[in-house]
Amino acid sequence: MSIHAWFKRKKKAKEAAYVRERLDIPGNLWVKCYKCSEAIFASDLETNLKVCPKCGYHFKLTAGERIKQLVDNNSFKEIDANIRSTDFLNFNDSKSYAKRIEATILKSHLKDAIVIGPAKIDGVNCALAVMDFSFMGGSVGSVVGEKVARLIELAVEKKCPAIIFSASGGMRMQEGIMSLMQMAKTSAALGRLRENGLPYISVCTDPTTGGTSASFAMLGDINIAEPGALICFAGPRVIEQTIRQKLPPGFQRSEYLLEHGMVDMVCERKKLKATLGTILKWFNER
Amino acid sequence: MSDKKKKNNNNRFVLEFEKPLLELYEKLDGLKEVSSEGKMDMGEEIRLLEKRIETVKRDIYTKLTPIQTVQVARHMQRPTTLDYISHIFEDYIELHGDRNFSDDPALVSGIAKLNGRSVVVLGQQKGKTTKENIARNFGMANPEGYRKALRVMRIAERYEKPIISFIDTPGAYPGIGAEERGQAEAIAKNLREMAELTVPFIAVVTGEGGSGGALGIGMGNRVLILEFAIYSVISPEGCASILFRDAKRANDAANAMKITAKDLLKLDVVDEIVKEPVGGAHNDAKQAASFIKSAVIKNLEPLLSLSHRELIADRYNKFRKMGIFVEE
Ligand SMILES: [Zn+2]
Repeated sequence: MSIHAWFKRKKKAKEAAYVRERLDIPGNLWVKCYKCSEAIFASDLETNLKVCPKCGYHFKLTAGERIKQLVDNNSFKEIDANIRSTDFLNFNDSKSYAKRIEATILKSHLKDAIVIGPAKIDGVNCALAVMDFSFMGGSVGSVVGEKVARLIELAVEKKCPAIIFSASGGMRMQEGIMSLMQMAKTSAALGRLRENGLPYISVCTDPTTGGTSASFAMLGDINIAEPGALICFAGPRVIEQTIRQKLPPGFQRSEYLLEHGMVDMVCERKKLKATLGTILKWFNER
Repeated sequence: MSDKKKKNNNNRFVLEFEKPLLELYEKLDGLKEVSSEGKMDMGEEIRLLEKRIETVKRDIYTKLTPIQTVQVARHMQRPTTLDYISHIFEDYIELHGDRNFSDDPALVSGIAKLNGRSVVVLGQQKGKTTKENIARNFGMANPEGYRKALRVMRIAERYEKPIISFIDTPGAYPGIGAEERGQAEAIAKNLREMAELTVPFIAVVTGEGGSGGALGIGMGNRVLILEFAIYSVISPEGCASILFRDAKRANDAANAMKITAKDLLKLDVVDEIVKEPVGGAHNDAKQAASFIKSAVIKNLEPLLSLSHRELIADRYNKFRKMGIFVEE
């Protein structure tokens, strides 16, 4: 198969199933941009923070990649890494939830869809949570909810700002109502943070949808969005089915949310660290 | 197919699984007709048949499957929030508008008296006819509905009045305007603010507890649920089309997600199940309302003596401990 045919097939698969844009396929030297179709040398893409050098398309990052790009050298110390999801409803669709968790842990080398811990950004201490879309679409179940709550409690304990990077398709249906309750739990925790006079910065990356946006992702003192990210409550397909009309171009993308007053800024990835640093210092200093 | 409703000549909506009742109803109508014509006294037969209907109904309703429960929860004639408000409270005065954009008819709110005590009430409002449902947007609130809810909750807080909310919605409305005006932000903000309310707050799931749209007014110190109401992260149909790749597998999704009152009580997501009249709340709205009233009063009582701080802690701890996971 030619590399172009391969890309074509991959693009089709993406459109069909909304699969994750992974770049770490062994031997895959060239990557085609999902937006402008430019062929990019994989290592160039890497040095460009996984942003297309031609059109500025922001590829998705794993939690590990995000942390590496963002925090001061080795300053991130993961906590509560040993919390795992469990199939307490014996949920079975095409596969049991138990098997799904197991397979995803093996494939992603993550325990669940979020990593949390203290970190330093531009020399300022903060409590940092980073979601990872590659773990079951970044869906929020009991583990993600618990870790977000603990991260916020860490911020309260350390008297430092909390930063959460969302990358999530919404609540994890395999945990039924318990996933919905994570919206209540995380939002309540953010209320506490606020009561303690501590700042919260929410960074919405592609995608931030459903219950995730209807809880912790929209509650920042400052909400930041990466360019072009899908950020919404109801997904475009659901809306199209409900209202039976085509949606306007750019609907529910970061720039649209900025225009409608839902985020403070759309920040390019290459400026993100500096922007966060400036904001953190503003909160920290007189 | 499964939610097909049959309408017989006496304007009764009979759900698919209620079919055994249809024949009995027809017989009853026949007896009544003969009786009313005065040809024969059918009093005893009518009484016996009514008793039989009651027994069959009870039998059917004790064995409802989750997807059948969904149908009852969505029943066209199920009492609505305004029905319950009129039966449970005195001196209800509706309060309109979010003071920002508009008044959302899908979510009603107001001040009222509960057994002589001043309270704030609110809830999603469905219609009972297609026309009403269109006017009420099928009980699916827009951001302004959630913002109105928060506005009246703040009134309750300012004047130290308990809050009672009634949850009955397929979900928050998925529309262009809703997204433009920040549906996600409106719900998220409600969640954070509800956690910090300094007054007693009782939430009652009366029909469909549809996802974030339900939770958006649902963070009570106590959460009660009617016997045949449901509470779910996504509709069984939605779950079926996403996870089971087939919208027709709603039955499997309903079973898998554990959405009935009994399941929710086991998971500690609700505190108490409120009994419904035989054959469901739609058979006797007044009776259903009186069951709710007793349960609300009973659950409100111990909260009335708590301080602001204790009320917040009570609510915070309730939701903080929700979640099931393994810590190695
Ligand atoms: Zn590009």
